Amino acid sequence: MNFAVLQFPASNCDQDAVHAVRHFGHSARLVWHKDASLGDTDCVIVPGGFSYGDYLRCGAIARFSPVMQAVKQFADNGGLVIGICNGFQVLTESHLLPGALIRNRDLQFHCENIFLKTATNDSPFTSKIPAGKILRVPIAHGEGCYFADEETLAKLKANNQILWQYCDQDGNLTDSANPNGALLNIAGICNEKRNVAGLMPHPERACEPLLGSADGKWIFESIFAALKNKTVAQAA
Amino acid sequence: MTEPAITPELVAKHNLTPEEYQHAVAILGRTPSYTELGIFSVMWSEHCSYKNTKPLLKTFPTKSPKILVGAGEENAGIIDIGDGIAIAFKIESHNHPSAVEPFQGATTGVGGIVRDIFTMGARPVCAVNSLRFGPITANGESDLSNSKAEIANNRRLFAGVVSGIAHYGNCFGIPTVAGEVYFDKTYQGNPLVNAFCLGVLRHEQITRGAARGVGNPVFYVGPATGRDGLAGAAFASQDLTEESSEQQRGAVQVGDPFMEKLVCEACLELLATGAVAGMQDMGAAGLTCSTCEMAARAGTGIEIELDKVPQRAAKMSSYELMLSESQERMLIVVHKGREEEVKRIFDKWDLPWAEIGIITDTGHMKVRHGGKLVVDIPAKKIADESPVYHREGVEPAYLKDVRAFRLDGIPDSQSPISDLLKLLAWPSIASKNWVYRQYDHQVRDGSVVLPGSDAAVIRIKTDSLPVMTADLAARVAGTPVPEKLIAMTVDCNGGYVYLDPYEGAKIAVAEACRNLACSGALPLGATDNLNMPSPLKPELFWQIKESVRGLAEGCQAFNAPVTGGNCSLYNQNPAGPIDPTPTISVVGLIEKLEHVTTQWFKDEGDAIILLGDAVDQADPIFGLGGSAYLQVVHGRKNGSPPRCDLEVAKTLHTTLIGLIQSGLVKSAHDCSEGGLAVALAESCISQLIARETPRLIGATVDLSRVAADVSPLHTNSGEDQSRLTNKAVRLDALLFGETQSRIVITCKALDAVKVVERAKLMGVPAVQIGKVGGDQLTVKTVAGEFAAPLTELYDAWWNSIARAMA
Repeated sequence: MNFAVLQFPASNCDQDAVHAVRHFGHSARLVWHKDASLGDTDCVIVPGGFSYGDYLRCGAIARFSPVMQAVKQFADNGGLVIGICNGFQVLTESHLLPGALIRNRDLQFHCENIFLKTATNDSPFTSKIPAGKILRVPIAHGEGCYFADEETLAKLKANNQILWQYCDQDGNLTDSANPNGALLNIAGICNEKRNVAGLMPHPERACEPLLGSADGKWIFESIFAALKNKTVAQAA
Repeated sequence: MTEPAITPELVAKHNLTPEEYQHAVAILGRTPSYTELGIFSVMWSEHCSYKNTKPLLKTFPTKSPKILVGAGEENAGIIDIGDGIAIAFKIESHNHPSAVEPFQGATTGVGGIVRDIFTMGARPVCAVNSLRFGPITANGESDLSNSKAEIANNRRLFAGVVSGIAHYGNCFGIPTVAGEVYFDKTYQGNPLVNAFCLGVLRHEQITRGAARGVGNPVFYVGPATGRDGLAGAAFASQDLTEESSEQQRGAVQVGDPFMEKLVCEACLELLATGAVAGMQDMGAAGLTCSTCEMAARAGTGIEIELDKVPQRAAKMSSYELMLSESQERMLIVVHKGREEEVKRIFDKWDLPWAEIGIITDTGHMKVRHGGKLVVDIPAKKIADESPVYHREGVEPAYLKDVRAFRLDGIPDSQSPISDLLKLLAWPSIASKNWVYRQYDHQVRDGSVVLPGSDAAVIRIKTDSLPVMTADLAARVAGTPVPEKLIAMTVDCNGGYVYLDPYEGAKIAVAEACRNLACSGALPLGATDNLNMPSPLKPELFWQIKESVRGLAEGCQAFNAPVTGGNCSLYNQNPAGPIDPTPTISVVGLIEKLEHVTTQWFKDEGDAIILLGDAVDQADPIFGLGGSAYLQVVHGRKNGSPPRCDLEVAKTLHTTLIGLIQSGLVKSAHDCSEGGLAVALAESCISQLIARETPRLIGATVDLSRVAADVSPLHTNSGEDQSRLTNKAVRLDALLFGETQSRIVITCKALDAVKVVERAKLMGVPAVQIGKVGGDQLTVKTVAGEFAAPLTELYDAWWNSIARAMA
């Protein structure tokens, strides 16, 4: 399977995403932000980092890049897109995902491991996560507080679009387990069509036991399975 | 534009002595122009020339077969780590700018050291820092107390520096994996900010900062030059005064991590084309230092035209252009005929570039501006003939009192639990999670041991390495590179160094190497940062000289040659000089993943073993000199620091590494500030699973057999106190004394006898002192038994800095 990992000038988790995909035996390549085409791609990863220095607002400038026009088209055609950290911010700024990510409530950058509860297995990004499994994954962001108006939140809930929520190690959605003040402890969501997802935590940093956690692999395994099903469906 | 006439006042304003000025005139054979005077001023500042410390620095051990680029040769030293892979690392200070403008001072400190690393052709893979501030709390320092305004200002500087480091490192995308922070009144108004960076590369990728190849074009790449940071190097070489903060703000540079990221990526991409003949960053003294040094290293000349330099401000003078320290700029010498590749790559990254000059065979650095020759200086002479001062040191008088200090009149610990809690909450000992949580410490997918253990450990993987030239890629194709594990730490207890510069500096090296040993690593090399007061006063110069002697002996003993470093002198504030702080960062290699060891206790039932002597009985104050305990509980910063026997330390470290490599050790934590009690407590409470989720694991420890002569816990006031002095080891010395060369390890209960025997066989005192388990830390001594709930210990240690900063 071919993963396209976008490379904005100040993406800095781009190589980590490539490393994680290759670690699982799939192919990944970087796609430059000025490219208007994604080439032969099964899934797009919008990686973490600071895209264009995060001037103005995180992800606000990236939205206008040539490559994001290609990503929009890819997503419109049903392609799988996942945004991690800054990538999540880019996807909300691009309106591929609803809501916004604002400054953490304590106004500080947070780099730490958090626990994630998977709210639904019904998505290409969560299908393989074992039922009840609490994932331990790192976060590293200053602007990760998920925010949306009441109407949007109601829609997210009604459509089952909330994928991951910050929780304690027993799976309780407590306030102290929430590192940034995100509404409903939201760590990640998907769009209505369920082919575009974004999350603030970094699954690509938790794919090998020597890095302290390999829980991130469940998210990648879900994507691999979805792509495999798709290939099988297309072949049939 | 008319330039001012050269007068003795103008010369003095440029911090050049009349003799130095005369030497400059002799080199030129004429009176310097205003711009040339500025150039001599920065090139001969301490920051660039090491004129006061050069004779001392020569005493450092700098050789080892593994050193590929040695101290003083280039922007950073490089060490071979096997399989064709090498690491480049260095530490550098940004103290004076951070005192004036903490956020920008710290950002540009990180930016500068990161540039030093990729200038060598290496990909920067992690950062470390060492910070000092005035006290941020008033607790427990009865007679070191500070006014509210001073504490508020110390907090402002601390918060500003931390967010500056976070801002720059996080955006650039480099994990900040380790560090240390101390708070002491001596640093009030003169904080220390030492930034370390480590990069990786293949041997063939080493890039030199030399202006090679007569006729080769010289490129300026990176953002335009402005008036910021004018003569920052000269500023960094002066005393800080009350007026500094207002007057000098213009000397502080402004950092832009986004630019640095682009410049780094573009430079590494350009290096992979093979078009580069030499490269150097424009750090201290900007265009001046980079052009002079590159020409001096290659023995060539260099000619540049200032009209071609991208400029941010209108009508900049040649003086301003040559001395500006605008950040994130590089000077690149390109093989003639390969100019298009520079243009293509820098255009791709949307970065300004300009061809500004050419390499010549004249040996002169020539600068033209507005059609006129404004600078014409022999490059090698200004770089190599900088003044050198062999200064005399005189032992300071205060040391007499320090050496005479005894414990008579200082009551023994009356409440070990409350003393332990005070120590754990003391900001210099307390967990620094408030700091490192603000740094991205996991980006680049390589952080194996995160901040919070004795040393950080990163793994170097194939894709950590810079992109290769086609030639090199073809040569190494098919040769797999095994993953490497690198450990690093930075240490220095400035209080010890003040109380005994020689012993204190040895302790700094010994502690750094002990931290590495506890992580399973053997030292490869070291980089030092001498943060010192003025060298012009003989008493203060003596501190510098003795510190260097201690560092040199330490580095020699542990086979950790110094590959480079930095000197920051004139660190003092209106109240007086800082404690001499020779920060040392040691980098080590861990052979196998299974040897990586962390400090926290692992499993219930494991045996706790103390390696090393519980108390140095030959020390008249039993390791309490300069201790955290004396400072926190008794408000005294006095007494000779614990003795550091380097042979004993070395045996201890080798023994521990041997035990680790045999698979016997489950945790290892060194005893440093706060002594055995703090080391035990930290081993119980320092494992963090995730946010708000520590893993607390208790221990039951019996110290009644390791030092039997301890005084009873509560002596009746009527009882004869003198009975307890002299040879009797005090309870506070046993629990909180800082006797050197001690490590607390754990192993499986079944292995305990074997571990103790093996250590003893190697000549290391070893005794099982307890076992892991329960939900409290219980310590039994002949003076009585005490127990503390882990939750209380944890709260004091984990939350104290956050509470101070709330």
